[in-house]
Amino acid sequence: MNDAIIAVDNVTKSYGGVVANHAVSLTVPRGRITGLIGPNGSGKTTLFNSIVGYHPIDSGSIRFEGREISRLKGQEIARLGLLRTFQTTRIYGKMDCMQNMLISIPHRKERYSDMFSHAAPEVGERAEQLLAFVGLYEKRFLRASSLSFGQQKLLEFAMALMNEPTVLLLDEPTAGINPTLINGLIDRLKRANTEFGITLFIIEHNMRVIMNMADMIYCLAHGELLAAGEPAKIQNDQRVIDAYLGAH
Amino acid sequence: MDAILSNLSILTAAPVLNIGLLIDGILIGAIFALAAYGLALVWGVMNVKNLAQGDFIMLGGYITWSLGRHGVHPLFGVPVAFVMLWGIGWVIYRLVICKVITRDLFTSLLATFGLAIVIQQSLNLAFGSDTESAHSGLPTWQFASGLITVPSTRVLGFALAVLLALTVILFMKNSRMGQAIRATAQDARAARVLGIDTEKVYSFTFCLNAAICGAAGALVALVWNIQPFYGTTYSIRLFVIVTAAGFGNLPGVIAAGFGMGVFEQFGGFLLGAEFQQALIVLLLLGVLAYRQIQYLRVRQAVQ
Amino acid sequence: MSLASRQNLPFVLILVAGVAAPFLFPDFINQIAILWLMIVFASTWDILGGQMGYNSLGNIVFFGAGMYVCAIIQIGLFYDVGMYTSSARTTHIVFSSSQYFTGFAIGTVAAGIGAAAIAIVAGWIVFGLRGPYFAIGTLGLAVAAGELLSSWDLVGAASGISMPVFPGGPDVQRLFFYFLLFVLALATLVFVRWLYSTNFGLALNAIRDDEEKAEAMGIRTLRYKRTAWALSAVFLGFAGAIFGNMNGYIEPRNIAFPIATFNLFMVVMVLLGGKGTLWGPVIGAVIFHTIKEVTWTYFLGWQFVALGLLIVITIVYFQQGVAGWLLEKFPDKFRSRTAVAPDREPALRGRLAPQPEGAE
Repeated sequence: MNDAIIAVDNVTKSYGGVVANHAVSLTVPRGRITGLIGPNGSGKTTLFNSIVGYHPIDSGSIRFEGREISRLKGQEIARLGLLRTFQTTRIYGKMDCMQNMLISIPHRKERYSDMFSHAAPEVGERAEQLLAFVGLYEKRFLRASSLSFGQQKLLEFAMALMNEPTVLLLDEPTAGINPTLINGLIDRLKRANTEFGITLFIIEHNMRVIMNMADMIYCLAHGELLAAGEPAKIQNDQRVIDAYLGAH
Repeated sequence: MDAILSNLSILTAAPVLNIGLLIDGILIGAIFALAAYGLALVWGVMNVKNLAQGDFIMLGGYITWSLGRHGVHPLFGVPVAFVMLWGIGWVIYRLVICKVITRDLFTSLLATFGLAIVIQQSLNLAFGSDTESAHSGLPTWQFASGLITVPSTRVLGFALAVLLALTVILFMKNSRMGQAIRATAQDARAARVLGIDTEKVYSFTFCLNAAICGAAGALVALVWNIQPFYGTTYSIRLFVIVTAAGFGNLPGVIAAGFGMGVFEQFGGFLLGAEFQQALIVLLLLGVLAYRQIQYLRVRQAVQ
Repeated sequence: MSLASRQNLPFVLILVAGVAAPFLFPDFINQIAILWLMIVFASTWDILGGQMGYNSLGNIVFFGAGMYVCAIIQIGLFYDVGMYTSSARTTHIVFSSSQYFTGFAIGTVAAGIGAAAIAIVAGWIVFGLRGPYFAIGTLGLAVAAGELLSSWDLVGAASGISMPVFPGGPDVQRLFFYFLLFVLALATLVFVRWLYSTNFGLALNAIRDDEEKAEAMGIRTLRYKRTAWALSAVFLGFAGAIFGNMNGYIEPRNIAFPIATFNLFMVVMVLLGGKGTLWGPVIGAVIFHTIKEVTWTYFLGWQFVALGLLIVITIVYFQQGVAGWLLEKFPDKFRSRTAVAPDREPALRGRLAPQPEGAE
């Protein structure tokens, strides 16, 4: 069993009377691609938000590389190497793509003198390579807000890679993307995993995508963990099918 | 420091004085609560933080004072100021506010700040910088052998403030427009989709707030005193009240208004009148700092 | 970068204009000196306001604090401050030339440091607040500062302090303070341009564009916010020290912490000239100050009303300012400066294998 890079243990989170996550436990194995699925309202994004420190949890524990992170601030968790992308795709709109990339370098060991330095040439090169990796090299001096929605998603992805994370939590990475371009995205995600060694934990609604990519899948329903296992097993799990059909 | 301690010992030696301060605080607090309600209304419905609120109040006060100077009993100032400020509010809404509603929040803040300056300076030009007050000619009641003095004007002011507040609240609950306002406050887009003319709602709300301030100002002129630059202090006061209570929490705002009145009376007594303005500002910082501490607990920013 | 390059041209122009002005327009030395002060106000405000997205209505605190720190040191080095402030009206206290300049020099340095320290403390209080709450909180700080100093007897309370008299004739005095303010303005601009070209500038912009995203990416936002404010405070502190001496008299509500004038001017100037640009604040300062000086006499009595109206009109109708308008009209001429030179394209194109087009 691969060591668990993220260990979620009995986590409960409520919002104003609604229990969004109830006693959820799961582990994300290092170096692999793990999926999180479930009908709308099952608590997937809430779980993500809990892991990355966007809000506190009511009870339970979350460990990252063996270390308890449930009381840390989002900033600190990001600096530990646990990064997330947003469902609504957030980038720095008024800056151009290169600047978006340059500011996305890891800030782990930043000293005061680093704050005032200029970006080293290697950093600039890496930024350009990553932009080329996602196919945005030609557009690198355009204002980020002028990119199309799909391009912004790719920029956000490139920025995440620039940050050299250990784990990347992706919230619906293919949402809103033209179906013909999804293959390119899947390809890049897989390469990020195999070439850069980044563990991926992905919330997805697109079954084709997640079944194709994931080594293991968790399914949430009504705030609780419903099923877990390899894609083939999950696909044929009657409870999962019921959860999705029942939700309609 | 010694002055504070000696003032404190006076309070403990003569408990009756505490009651006097408390009564004063509640009577004045009613006016604060009224004006704070208006501020919270505009804030909640249109997301406009009106930094000129205190200056609207001063406008109302000067209208009332002018009436008094022209032989009309200043008590008529309450309805007159109410109506006149409604009109002034409408003009301001058309010229300035409706253009800044859709922009970012700092824009509306700065726009109302600019308005505040225009009003303050205009009042200063028109009326000079002396403090004034309108005399109602009503008796002052005395209790506890002279230790507690309650000008009956203040009681009247309290009664009028409460009356006005109740009228507005009833209006908001039962009338069509009141319901439209509450709907728009909750979700402007949904309200529009359901056929509510949000422009009218915004305009009405702003005018109502201005009118409330006008009436409150009339009461201030009767009960306390006015000066062209006092508006800033009132604005800060009201911000403290609304920030502490949370602008959606209307009963809280009213309670905080009374609380502020009492707090100021005691604070002014203990620390001396010169510190009163500093006290209010420190209170503002205190309230903001309190929210900051909450932020540290909740891991998210104060919005 | 050669002195004649395009980016240095405005600096050279300013340098020439600033040096020549007192000799070309000797009757207006004081007004032009104030113009340099306005440029300092506008540029420092924009660090937080335009580049970082935090609109401060309390930057004047650093100006006033610097003024008082410098005064206390200038006086305190040679006399007892309390005695000086209470007796200066009745007795004439003399400072020798060396006393004056030593005190002034040390006082100015201390003013910058003191202001920065206050910024860090104040930042602890207000930087948890966002948007309008931050603006209101900083405004509260400014009002509080004025009120607190008005009650502090050691520094003359509301009556203020008569500053040590400048050892020299009025002409020398005017030139002296003119050049101090000019040099300060130039230094501020050079500093700010450098700052924006470093990673610090990128971080500021990231915080402005999406602070939550910046935090989610691990940027130490609080550290940047505090440092940015402290940096603006240093220059404002220096400005306060210089202005206090130039004015000869300091007082809390109208000279050190003038909320409705300097404090508000700095916001209006930047809005007028264009937030978040290098030259926007300068353009705004020039336009604003010129208009104000020219029309002040015509508006006698009405000045502040006119000022308030100008603010409202600028905000409502002309929010992007001159620079913003120029950027919209001529986007190519004013391209943003990234920290990496853009002329390495040919080399890279060869090295990268052709990628599948990810989008469009």
